[in-house]
Amino acid sequence: MDVAPIVEVLGAHLRFTGDVALDDVDFRMFPGEVHSLMGENGAGKSTLIKAMTGALRLDAGTMRLDGKVVSFSGPAAALHAGISTVYQEVDLLPNLSVAENIMLGREPRRFGHIDWALMRSEAVKALAVMGIDVDPRSPLSSHSLATQQLVAIARAISRDVRVLILDEPTSSLDQDEVSELFRIIRELKARGVAILFVSHFLEQVYEICDRITVLRNGKLIGEYKTTEMLRIDLVQKMLGSDSANLTVIEAREQSPAGPGGRKAVVAARGLGRRGATLPTDLDIFEGELLGVAGLLGSGRSELARLLSGVDISDTGVLTVHGRRRHFRQPRQALREGIAYSTESRKVEGIVAELSVRENITLALQADRGWIRRIPRARQDELSVSWIEALDIRPADAERRAGVLSGGNQQKVLLARLLALAPRVLILDEPTRGIDIGAKVEIQRLIGDLAANGMSVVFISAELEEVLRVGHRILVLRDREIVAVLDPDAVTFEMLLAIVAKADGDD
Amino acid sequence: MNAKTTAPLTAATSAAPASWRRAVVNHPSWFPVVASALLLILLFAGAQVKFGSFVTPGVLSSLFVDNAYLIILACGMTLVIITGGIDLSVGAVMAFSGIIAANLLQNGVNPTLVIPLMLINGALFGLMIGVLVQYFNVQPFIASLAGMFLARGLAHVFAPRQIAVNNAAVLSLNNHKFRFGDWYFTGTVIIALVIVLITAWLLARTRLGRTVYAIGGSESSAKLMGLPVARTKVLVYVISGTCAGIAGLVFTAYASSGYSLHGVGTELDTIAAVVIGGTLLTGGSGYIFGSLLGVLVYGVIKTVINFAGADQAWTRISVGVLLLAFVVVQRAIVARASRR
Repeated sequence: MDVAPIVEVLGAHLRFTGDVALDDVDFRMFPGEVHSLMGENGAGKSTLIKAMTGALRLDAGTMRLDGKVVSFSGPAAALHAGISTVYQEVDLLPNLSVAENIMLGREPRRFGHIDWALMRSEAVKALAVMGIDVDPRSPLSSHSLATQQLVAIARAISRDVRVLILDEPTSSLDQDEVSELFRIIRELKARGVAILFVSHFLEQVYEICDRITVLRNGKLIGEYKTTEMLRIDLVQKMLGSDSANLTVIEAREQSPAGPGGRKAVVAARGLGRRGATLPTDLDIFEGELLGVAGLLGSGRSELARLLSGVDISDTGVLTVHGRRRHFRQPRQALREGIAYSTESRKVEGIVAELSVRENITLALQADRGWIRRIPRARQDELSVSWIEALDIRPADAERRAGVLSGGNQQKVLLARLLALAPRVLILDEPTRGIDIGAKVEIQRLIGDLAANGMSVVFISAELEEVLRVGHRILVLRDREIVAVLDPDAVTFEMLLAIVAKADGDD
Repeated sequence: MNAKTTAPLTAATSAAPASWRRAVVNHPSWFPVVASALLLILLFAGAQVKFGSFVTPGVLSSLFVDNAYLIILACGMTLVIITGGIDLSVGAVMAFSGIIAANLLQNGVNPTLVIPLMLINGALFGLMIGVLVQYFNVQPFIASLAGMFLARGLAHVFAPRQIAVNNAAVLSLNNHKFRFGDWYFTGTVIIALVIVLITAWLLARTRLGRTVYAIGGSESSAKLMGLPVARTKVLVYVISGTCAGIAGLVFTAYASSGYSLHGVGTELDTIAAVVIGGTLLTGGSGYIFGSLLGVLVYGVIKTVINFAGADQAWTRISVGVLLLAFVVVQRAIVARASRR
């Protein structure tokens, strides 16, 4: 390539309290080119973006803009240098008007104060570029998420932009809005703007992007031209596997009827939630280990949240032990013996400030109600036995849970749920971000639980793991179940092909 | 009196029903302000019916004169609360500034030197709280509580007893009445209204004001948008502290003395007035004009209780009930907004 990159990041390195978020990552963007950053949850995409926009500071590594080394003191400095960003969660201000959200930080001023009329007309101009017609005076919170997302994009491109970063800009847009966005991206591209487009919709990436950089677990996997990369190879690079020589094989889809004679503990018929899960039929059998495979955004976590009462279903019927149930809170699901472990261990799971003992007994105490306090002797007994059973290290019940390694934190979470003696255990990515030894241990443990009659739903981004652990495998794509497979009858390649939807490719 | 902040409302109300609807949809944050305006009218009407001669120029004028210091405090407090913070120090800083002034004036120091010193004193307390909040990550409640104790304690160390103020210039701020028929106002009222205009202009027409609202909406979003969050957060406490300094001057003139126990609990009256005036305690929404109405509601209740000859404890009870009602209304509005 004879054109020099406009942005170049070299040797980016960043850790968050012990966890490596970026490990020696190189990344570059060229003017007039759309570049995609691909990777699963926790791959480091958002971290890299935040480092480029000055929202985070790198521990090591350099960033060059037009060949000159830059170091932004904050988002304002990056904006000033011409790097505009639309963040994943719409990071706007719901309490202010649409016009203010677009113009904030560079409001037109006259005689020392804000010229509201000019501000509104500038905002209308920016919105017109996007092809949306909304009242600039209206509060942002009165609009749909899709409109808010478009407003965020209007804000980003209404200034002198040289590098535009779009982190999941299409997650709440419909088909027409996406094509409108793509039209604008192409215009900006023709003007020589370098665009970073992050999306978990592979079709969109293949439609609009010229170049793809793949990250996995904070490491750079490689930079590729979109035209030279098969979809299935891309998915393989994102998910990670050593198998080569992939061929697309038509999957043998099996009927969801389970192993003969066994009772379904949980049965869902048409269970769904608008915008998250399409109506789904699903049975979970006693003592079964149900593996769930699917890409980020396939609806794998949403399904788990629906089954465990974290989210409320709006269609369909859920039957637990033969009785109809409609869960409105996780507590109701827990009463039926359905326990859920979240994928975001740090945010929604472990209470870092409490001790291992307190973390383990937390759910049990909540179940008993705060008046009937679990006696300290019982707490000690419980935590010691679980620490032993799960081999939590260090074996110190009074240690602050926050200082434990990821794998041990995960075990503490498991112990918390197991202390409730659930009959169905739903685990959302229990092995993400933990080292290989702990991973194998947790897999073995889950196998033991199922052998003792517990039903386990095991969600993982790693296909090999799902394949190795599951008795049955559910494949999710675009918010619905597309296949139920027998792991003995499918190979890794076949599973990959179904997950990646390889048809229409090559 | 406050044309700038009311502009969006009046512009919309003068037109047809269709634009009425749009005004309602576009400005949900004005609901509570309208509510407190209606409440004020209701209070006036009720008192007029009950006492016969309540709504008179004399009563209305004294409403402003008696509450000038509270109006000034409420202006600064409004800015702080819109960012999502709180400033508990204002009553104590007001008293401390008053003590310094009374002491210096007693020793013959010229008021032209004393008054700037009061403002600087208030600003420094605000700066301290702002720096604690922004750079040391102390919760605003705790940081301003520390400021409150410090100011109250220093005031007591400085002068444990009441100091009378005899300086003619300072006293004339409150005593010299500009009369228009039965109406009158004083220097302290002029100061209060100037502060109202300045802070309303700051909020409505400057980048500082927009950033204040932005921080209250979402501090992390404001940061990612590249707004000067740190500077603005410190600045609102400095403005609030300066307002407390000015209120110290006004209160000293009003009480013709400085005393370390002046204005105990005023910070809570101020917060109550601001909340009744429609400012969201969680931040992001509110108007100076609303806070002015809030102070007037508070003042009218106090006057009504006086007229009725009842114990002033009933003022606290009524304000408490109103505060509760307004907070519940706020919760409802927030809940409705977040459901969408």
